[in-house]
Amino acid sequence: MNTKRDDRKRAALEKQIDENLRRVYEQDASQEVPDRFLALLDQLRKQE
Amino acid sequence: MTRVGRSTDGQALSGPNPRDELVDHLPALRAFALSLTRESASADDLVQDTIVKAWTNIDKFQPGTNLRAWLFTILRNTFYSARRKTRREVSDSDGIHAARQATRPEHDGRLAMNDFKVAFEQLPDEQREALILVGGSGFSYEEAAQMTGVAVGTVKSRANRGRRKLAELMQMAEGEDLDMTDSATLAVMAVNHPVSR
Repeated sequence: MNTKRDDRKRAALEKQIDENLRRVYEQDASQEVPDRFLALLDQLRKQE
Repeated sequence: MTRVGRSTDGQALSGPNPRDELVDHLPALRAFALSLTRESASADDLVQDTIVKAWTNIDKFQPGTNLRAWLFTILRNTFYSARRKTRREVSDSDGIHAARQATRPEHDGRLAMNDFKVAFEQLPDEQREALILVGGSGFSYEEAAQMTGVAVGTVKSRANRGRRKLAELMQMAEGEDLDMTDSATLAVMAVNHPVSR
């Protein structure tokens, strides 16, 4: 009966882990893009 | 030289120029870079290198395929080849991470995001990569396998090992009372039952 409890515990944890992973990724991906990258793209375009 | 999609002006046949779409993927690239480097200055350098490589090799991109996956592949290859060159530096920073591991995350009913990040950063590069590709950015195991140049089973086992390690770290942080309302409480009640009158 310990195993069942452990399984449930683990499933809950894994769900929380994947939620957290998504949150970490989305937090980072929602940051504003620094100007240096837009400037770099501009520069590359002009060099063409 | 005559490849379709190569020319920057008359690209009627090849659809939109993927170079014009690079900008749309910058936030995702930065998030991926951060998960690999764990530090924003190196992450931004990595994104910068990726942009330049993508721009100059755009003719190697196959129109109609997943541009983000292509960019992520360039980024992680750049990351790993730079890391190979600075092995010593890397093992030093691993030492720092090992030291951080000794600091137990705050005891809290739910693991705070910061604690989760600290735990995540302790995972080996390959496990962080697999987890952020599959769990974080929503690529399939198959896509992640292609991007990282390994078998699907390898990505799965990396992700699972990463999840297991995170679960361990999270359980360590939360002690025995992961869910007091439920199994832990029931266990306490079961123990106490014969004694109660």
